[in-house]
Amino acid sequence: MTDGQVAPASILLDNVAAIRGGRLVLQKLSLHAEAGDIIWLRGANGSGKSTLLRLIAGLLPAAAGRREITGNMALADERMALDLSQTLEEALDFWAALDGSPPTLRQEALDAFDLSALADIPAGYLSSGQRRRAALARIVASAAPIWLLDEPYNGLDSANAARLDSRLLKHASAGGIALVAAHQPSSINVAATLSLDDESRLQAA
Amino acid sequence: MKNLFLLLRREMRIAWTGGGLWLPIIFFLTVATLFPFVTGPDKPLLAKTGGGVLWIAALLASLLPIERLILPDREDGFLDQLAIRGWSDEWVALVKIAGHILAFGIPLLLASLIGSALIGLPEEKLGTLLLGLAFALPALAGLGVTIAALTAGLHGASALGGLLLVPLAIPLLIFGAGSLAENPGNAMQLLIATSLAMTAVSPFAAGAALKAGRE
Repeated sequence: MTDGQVAPASILLDNVAAIRGGRLVLQKLSLHAEAGDIIWLRGANGSGKSTLLRLIAGLLPAAAGRREITGNMALADERMALDLSQTLEEALDFWAALDGSPPTLRQEALDAFDLSALADIPAGYLSSGQRRRAALARIVASAAPIWLLDEPYNGLDSANAARLDSRLLKHASAGGIALVAAHQPSSINVAATLSLDDESRLQAA
Repeated sequence: MKNLFLLLRREMRIAWTGGGLWLPIIFFLTVATLFPFVTGPDKPLLAKTGGGVLWIAALLASLLPIERLILPDREDGFLDQLAIRGWSDEWVALVKIAGHILAFGIPLLLASLIGSALIGLPEEKLGTLLLGLAFALPALAGLGVTIAALTAGLHGASALGGLLLVPLAIPLLIFGAGSLAENPGNAMQLLIATSLAMTAVSPFAAGAALKAGRE
């Protein structure tokens, strides 16, 4: 499952539209991301940030347009997707085993978000901020080159927001792609900001 | 293949640790315990009707786990995570069905040994009961997972699940109970045929339901 390492990761959306719940949420949206890019998605609540991430992830079919993705993807949204009865460590190991990612990466993922002390606590006992960090650790442990992060800064304190910033930069410098949906301006240098509020225009940062 | 095993092992773990394993079994044995109280100590009557009651109990017991088969994994984003990793909905459905057969079917077969003793089923019919249940369980599991995928997230999902599953499972019940009758005829063959057809269709039906439920 590490095919993504062979060819450089890329995302290409050409004039896509998305329908969700019978409503046209996105239209005429184009996006191109190459290895090393961090794309910041901005928009008000309900502007279609999550829809766009789900469209890229392949969870939602494109109603029109072209979608081409090279490389494995990892999605973190408001749901942790870790088994609540397992310890954080075991729950992360389940996905790591499924992804075939190296076991050392799990420890690195725990360290990246200061979760090592919580590794043997059942995931169900984590607080909401800790759950967000656990979901982000799952992303790091997946070894996927494309990260799709839906409001990753929500519920993070400033120390952990800084940890996420530095981990994002590290991911990009290693040739990864990250799409970060957020309602605040980017706190790091990004390749581009896509604002969904005004006709889906891509602005160079 | 290794990944299928990982997912199947997770299904087993959830069934064992989530407590969902025992509820249907206890329900099944409760019916087998209560039925003789209602009929009184009438051995010939129990021998004649007991097998059918065990079949009804097995069918109703299979309704109990429906709510926890798909819904928790959908709410927690687990199914989405599998879809992103390229798992087709049909494979996920197949794993769910296989897991349900192992986690619900095998314990139910063991419980039916106790149940048939409680209800006083004649020994010569015990083999037929176990064989019939063993053949019907894959179909019951397939129906259960399909209906769980269809109703996940709806209000009153468990009641709706019962309404949907019971009519679909009637052929299994008729042929299964029929195989225990005085003159069973071809009931067992028909049971096997019905069960095979349902089992073969269910991963695709459940997969389609999983796909439709993703938005």
